Amino acid sequence: MIFKGKVWKFGANVDTDAIIPARYLNTTDPVEMASHLMEDIDPKFIEKIQPGDIFVADENFGCGSSREHAPIAIKYAGIACVIAKSYARIFYRNSFNMGLPILESAEAVDGTQQGEELRVDSETGAIENLSTGKTYKAQLIPPFMQQLIEAGGLMSYVQKFKMKA
Amino acid sequence: MIRPMTISEKILAEHAGLHEVEPGQLINARVDLVLGNDITAPIAIEEMRRIGATTVFDPAKIVMVPDHFVPNKDIKSAQQCQLMREFAKEFQLPHYFEVGEMGIEHALLPEQGLVLPGDLVVGADSHTTTYGALGAFSTGVGSTDIAAAMITGEAWFRVPETMRIIFQGKRRPWVDGKDLILFTIGKIGVDGALYKAMEFTGETIANLSMDSRLTMSNMAIEAGGKNGIIAPDKITKEYVQSRAKRPYKFQYSDGQAKYSQTLEIDVTRIEPQVAFPHLPSNVKPISAVGNVPIDQAVIGSCTNGRLEDLRTAARVLKGRKRAPYTRLIIIPATQEIYRQAMKEGLFEIFLDALAVISTPTCGPCLGGYMGVLNKGERAVTTTNRNFVGRMGHPESEVYLANPAVAAASSVLGRIGGPEELNL
Repeated sequence: MIFKGKVWKFGANVDTDAIIPARYLNTTDPVEMASHLMEDIDPKFIEKIQPGDIFVADENFGCGSSREHAPIAIKYAGIACVIAKSYARIFYRNSFNMGLPILESAEAVDGTQQGEELRVDSETGAIENLSTGKTYKAQLIPPFMQQLIEAGGLMSYVQKFKMKA
Repeated sequence: MIRPMTISEKILAEHAGLHEVEPGQLINARVDLVLGNDITAPIAIEEMRRIGATTVFDPAKIVMVPDHFVPNKDIKSAQQCQLMREFAKEFQLPHYFEVGEMGIEHALLPEQGLVLPGDLVVGADSHTTTYGALGAFSTGVGSTDIAAAMITGEAWFRVPETMRIIFQGKRRPWVDGKDLILFTIGKIGVDGALYKAMEFTGETIANLSMDSRLTMSNMAIEAGGKNGIIAPDKITKEYVQSRAKRPYKFQYSDGQAKYSQTLEIDVTRIEPQVAFPHLPSNVKPISAVGNVPIDQAVIGSCTNGRLEDLRTAARVLKGRKRAPYTRLIIIPATQEIYRQAMKEGLFEIFLDALAVISTPTCGPCLGGYMGVLNKGERAVTTTNRNFVGRMGHPESEVYLANPAVAAASSVLGRIGGPEELNL
């Protein structure tokens, strides 16, 4: 998949309470979850973003709780993908399992500023900063996880390969 | 020859049906237990229904605990719990814990003998790392992961590298597992063990109670760890033998096992620790805290709501009262702990100290209810996270500490240790 969008830049250790505060976890409605995205950082955040925008963050993005509400809120708010230096491990697996494209590239994070435009190829890991013209390469996704993405997430994978007809 | 392995690697290898595994390897492994709560299970249940799953791999290996927002804090929470309850009825889950039987999941499962040494456990809650204290490999995953695991009885893992942390020396007075783990997180940072297995060992751990060990393993995730494991020993045996209803296996790291890193910590130098806002790694020893007035103290949670924690709080609070205009909220983590604390007379001490005693719930730890903070308010708490807005308003502050410090602070009206009360 190829994504082109405006960058929202974050620092290190963005925790899942920041992505979606725990007081909104009493729902399974993804649209409602999305409406509270990053609310405690900026109460009007959801009004400012456009579908297709891209999150760029420093180390350990998504640390804290296991809530899948966090990647769900990001995806349903229309964010195309996330690029970070590293991810907290539960957020990392949640994203693959539910189909939010995430990439790891320290160079791309350091070479990107708030508001710039990126072009991202999630399959090859090629990242181009359209505002500066610089290009970067994200780490390759392990084959098993590629398989998960190709199957359309973990549940589709289970349905396809593990469930009796 | 089979490569020497750490305890974490051995448990993963056995459950993947392999003789050996090595860090970085992706494996599919059989799980002994799958856990969900009222926040995470509803999404998992809806995912299962979406793909048309009509059976689960083994109803006896699925544990459902409504604990975060129960007794239902609002209508939406009531809906979530109902979804879970209906699922438990439909699939005849023997380990669904209704209000009145429930407790905070990570205190409840070890207490009920549901998790045992050598097990591989996945739970849709980040603090599932807690059971590492029993010599199990247990880790937090997401809702989709447990949906898949409930159907297949399996989960995928990337075998982690292991980081060994050796604790040596005798603990100072009022220093417990909470301080050892806060100190460790302060040293390595909130991503210091990212993607890694943490293995706690050394003379100090050998002499540490099970309740304190559970506290340490519980907070491994706060350093980014995949698990936080302690090799089983005499204390483990004593804890599990009366609770286990099925066989279990003690696993140990091989002498030649490879560690990605070994950290040695001299415990004799550790004072009670306080993590300042807004990261668990932002720790200071109690002597360096300064004047930090508080509005609320909370003693409870999956981290520190066990019997030993309540006994410690009672030792500090006995014959004392919390400071005026300061709230003291005490939350025994399970019904069994609640009953035992009552029997031992701890409730008298707490009530005389002007504390409120709550039914088991995660409640205030994640700003749910039962002690939410207003703008500008400050709490000292035995919970596990102090991120922005964690206990309520985004402009409130959370300070993490052990039960003795939280209790003493409630009396002082500012953050301080029991020694300030001449204890």
